Amino acid sequence: MTTALLLSQVLNGLQLGVILFLVAAGLTLVFGVMDFINLAHGVQYMLGAYLVAVLVAWSGHFGLGLLLGLVCALALGFVMEVLVFRHLTRRDHLDQVLATFGVILIVTEGVRMIFGPAPLALPMPEALSGAVEIIPGFNYPVWRLVIIAVGLFVAALLWVLVNRTRMGMLVRAGSTHPETVSALGVDIDRLFLWVFAFGAMLAGLAGAMAGPLVSVEPTMGDRIVIIAFVVVVVGGAGSIKGAFIAALLIGMVDTLGRAFVPDLLRAILGRSAAATAGPALASMLIYLLMAAVLSVRPAGLFGRKAS
Amino acid sequence: MSGRYLAPALIGLFALALALAWGMDSSYGAVLVTRAAILSLAAASLSFLIGQAGLVSFGHAAPFGIGAYCVLVLGESEVRNILVVLPMAFAAAAVFAVATGTIALRTRGISFIMITLAFAQMMFYVASSLSAFGGDDGMAIAGRSTFFGARILRSDYQLALLSVVLLAAALVLLEQIAASRFGLMLRTGRETEAKLEALGLDPFRHRLVALGLASGIAGIAGALLANQVEYVSPSSMNWHMSGELIVMVVLGGTARIGGAVIGALVVVVINEMLSPFTEHWMFVLGLVIVAAVLLRGADLRALLRGTGHG
Repeated sequence: MTTALLLSQVLNGLQLGVILFLVAAGLTLVFGVMDFINLAHGVQYMLGAYLVAVLVAWSGHFGLGLLLGLVCALALGFVMEVLVFRHLTRRDHLDQVLATFGVILIVTEGVRMIFGPAPLALPMPEALSGAVEIIPGFNYPVWRLVIIAVGLFVAALLWVLVNRTRMGMLVRAGSTHPETVSALGVDIDRLFLWVFAFGAMLAGLAGAMAGPLVSVEPTMGDRIVIIAFVVVVVGGAGSIKGAFIAALLIGMVDTLGRAFVPDLLRAILGRSAAATAGPALASMLIYLLMAAVLSVRPAGLFGRKAS
Repeated sequence: MSGRYLAPALIGLFALALALAWGMDSSYGAVLVTRAAILSLAAASLSFLIGQAGLVSFGHAAPFGIGAYCVLVLGESEVRNILVVLPMAFAAAAVFAVATGTIALRTRGISFIMITLAFAQMMFYVASSLSAFGGDDGMAIAGRSTFFGARILRSDYQLALLSVVLLAAALVLLEQIAASRFGLMLRTGRETEAKLEALGLDPFRHRLVALGLASGIAGIAGALLANQVEYVSPSSMNWHMSGELIVMVVLGGTARIGGAVIGALVVVVINEMLSPFTEHWMFVLGLVIVAAVLLRGADLRALLRGTGHG
């Protein structure tokens, strides 16, 4: 195992981690403030990728398309909250799981009707499509570095928003003591509207950033949302800090696991057994991690509520 | 219709549908009855968990799929006797549920939902890695189950009859258990755990037994499905399957176990009615689900009767 290989896998893990964080941030806030389980958060990720892909093609400029796409994703977040989600906030978890599963079916099939099942192309900007030499003799794609930078920037921005603004104070208070906040005269429904739409936009940003690397297709959100839920639960539902740490942890574990577990198993078990067990074990690692964390700390690493 | 007669009425409906299919010599009808009965069986077992024990499992596709894989794996080693295959499907699914349940039951709320999902996803990846059994793609079973070599499930009508009989047996069994002291304790534990502990009763063991029983029944449903489509693949363990089972359970209402059967029928009927016209029938199903939840909550029967909770 060379340094370069290890470094590239660590960077890949970091890149997956920040994407997961962007998706999980909205999910964990919505859960924290409103005790809301939103299975349909993955469709915001998918819609973000589609919106940006369409708008980049239309405007012919990545930056402009991304900006317009994010505005549209935010607007869609508002619309969906008003149409569906606000009516579910005081229902039990089961109704939320059911209704948001329905939303997944509607939006996924809707997108498939409009764009067809084939993946859409979302080319990365020309200037950022190359690779850069990080250490002598080792090149790394610029776009992945951009994703990492954007992810860390958004994380810092969120930290400021949550810890240094009045809105953030309400979100923090709402995630631990919603009744008290409500009794103090704060309109918690409006707070939820903003948190939901903002979370939708962040997920859309994640989809748009990941779009050039993965294929933009109707089911792309299905895969990410389950992992994002793992992040939320491992980090402790409602905790932004927990989501950030868990997202990086899970991004690393998943990426490094897929890169090195098959080799490791081959050394222990021999070639034939490892050929089948390796990929399976690598895919299972994050779920094993989650089961382990939950069995020791049922409320997650930074969970404040005993949920 | 009073809730007491729901299960017998549903069983009667299935029997009538099967008789009609047989009378009209429609093997398509028989296949439809079989599929509806299998999904009803899996949904009813999940309804027992959700409605009675208050355990919202988001991983019920795992025992369902394990049952299906039992048919495939046993069939590859020339074991096709139904008196071996079905009990093995029950046992394997129940063992999985009890093993994972000892960890999962330490958690509550969203953590329980997600940890059951996590275990199901692990099984999904295990199944995908079984290259001897088709890996990601899955593979065809060697043949339908037999009765000591007699090919009793050769025709679709026989398989439909077996599915309906097993569904009826499971409904009666689950309703009896729900009405028993054990069921009462499960429901009490759902509402107030402290009450049970004050009485010196351990809700953990009751829940574990409920988990094992419900998963075993789901395993039998999976084994029947493998017989029906004569093919087994990891997709039967995908989280979408778990989600669909929850949809069926909650659509029909959790107050009665028969409600899950109604939910399963709604899903199957929407699928069958719309798929000839559009490949996008899932879109309509999604609309029905969201509308059902928004209009009242999720109890379709209550919606039809125009009253509140069923």
